[in-house]
Amino acid sequence: MPTVHRRFLASSPSISLYAQLVRYGFRKHATYWGAAAAGAFTNTVFGVLRAYVLIALWRARPGLGGYDIADAVTFCFLTQAYIGPMQVFGGGLEIAQRVRSGDIALDLARPAPLVLWTLSEDLGRAGYLFLARSLPPTVVGALLFGIVLPDGAAVWAAFAASFALGVVISFGWRYIVALATCWLRDDRGLAVVSLVLTTFFSGLMLPLVIFPGWLGTVARALPWSAMVQVPADVYLGTADIPRTLGFQALWAAVLLALGALLTRAARRRVVIDGG
Amino acid sequence: MRVYLLLIWTWTRAAARYPASFALMTAAGTVTAGLDVAVIWVVFSNTTTLGGFDVSEVMFLYGAGGLAFSIADLLFSNADRVGQHIRAGTLDAMLVRPVGTFVQVTADRFTPHRAGRVLQAAIVLGVALARLDVPGSRLWMIPVMVVCGIVIFASIWALGGALQFLLTDSSEVANAFTYGGATLGQYPLSVYGAELVRGVTYVLPLAFVNWQPGLYVLDRADPLGLPYALRFLSPVAAAALAVAAALAWRAGVRRYRSTGS
Repeated sequence: MPTVHRRFLASSPSISLYAQLVRYGFRKHATYWGAAAAGAFTNTVFGVLRAYVLIALWRARPGLGGYDIADAVTFCFLTQAYIGPMQVFGGGLEIAQRVRSGDIALDLARPAPLVLWTLSEDLGRAGYLFLARSLPPTVVGALLFGIVLPDGAAVWAAFAASFALGVVISFGWRYIVALATCWLRDDRGLAVVSLVLTTFFSGLMLPLVIFPGWLGTVARALPWSAMVQVPADVYLGTADIPRTLGFQALWAAVLLALGALLTRAARRRVVIDGG
Repeated sequence: MRVYLLLIWTWTRAAARYPASFALMTAAGTVTAGLDVAVIWVVFSNTTTLGGFDVSEVMFLYGAGGLAFSIADLLFSNADRVGQHIRAGTLDAMLVRPVGTFVQVTADRFTPHRAGRVLQAAIVLGVALARLDVPGSRLWMIPVMVVCGIVIFASIWALGGALQFLLTDSSEVANAFTYGGATLGQYPLSVYGAELVRGVTYVLPLAFVNWQPGLYVLDRADPLGLPYALRFLSPVAAAALAVAAALAWRAGVRRYRSTGS
């Protein structure tokens, strides 16, 4: 990476450094296209199974949660499409391993904030997985069941923004979980807690609009909903766009700020033994 | 068989060396699996029947299928590591040992904390049976269907493992059928399309894990009108698939050529 190497020596991190990191993140994941293709296949199979369950539910309760059957099917394939880019099942960052191996000391000494450095790489990853793992399930879903399309360019643009914010929120959350390894040593327990919270409260398993009573209210206010449910609602046109984007931007800012604070704390905690 | 038990006991003892981690991972598995129950609960908080079945019946299908799947997952799912063994070269070491490769591959890195899911499925099945009031004359089918289900899932894992002798990176594809099969069986098959149900009845016999025998236990007519006799054919389906899997595995091992490095 000669270009990046030269930029290390520059005084402050520039936009082009982050752009490079995005590109490298993209290319790194593009190497494993076989794994992405297999993941897309699995996402598609599960999408088909979930679509049938949702169709049965919406046949029994037409109009449930403000969706019709076509909306529910669309929701199902959209959420399967988010699994890759939003990394809904967790992981995707190398921080936890690097904390355990001690390499994190090197990362903390880099001339760019760790949060932004990792975010850039993660955006590259998300960009590649969007192409490799989001488009195939959506296309198959459209062919098998038919899905609705957003009406108008404005909704498309809002959806693109909402999708990007969803990726940033997902990153913010995973970054905090990964960095917590500095304090917990074993990252697996927290990874499972995160998995449970993310899959259930994001809307991946079931749309949050059908969660009963207070559970639905709470679930829709939590950051996980901003990863899956909210972008899907923007796509379907069932959400008030400025308010939802504001909601997502707020969570993105909160999680990134928390991540930056944790990084500062981690910097003080890491002891480099040399060697 | 004795070697298999010895090997998994060794790995269990290894895992027990870290009791806190072991307890945590077991609990984590139970909780993750419990999410499916939460999903079913949310579905039935919106409707009283799904595909013509009520919540207790769906819980019964989920519990019986989940029990078979989780036991197979505990004992045999490591068969999908064949690709890793081929890439790392560890398969060569297994081939020269005087024990079958299938036994070695499935017992290697045996993960006892997967038992958490078995427990979770057993609890759901127990609760469902308590609420269903199944007549005693039909209960014999439950152990039969669980055993057949274990054989069916184990065979799919073995088939997936055999495929990896051809395509080293194909473990995800097998996952789509094993984990996908388990997901499929969480709901009555009447919610799925007729072609899909025919496929999992006559091609890949996932319908014989909990659906066809489950219809007998629940004493329900087949919503898709398939022959009544099918509900007793789980052992036949399981045996046929096991034979196919054994042949495929053997062909895979025969075909394998070490890179020699």
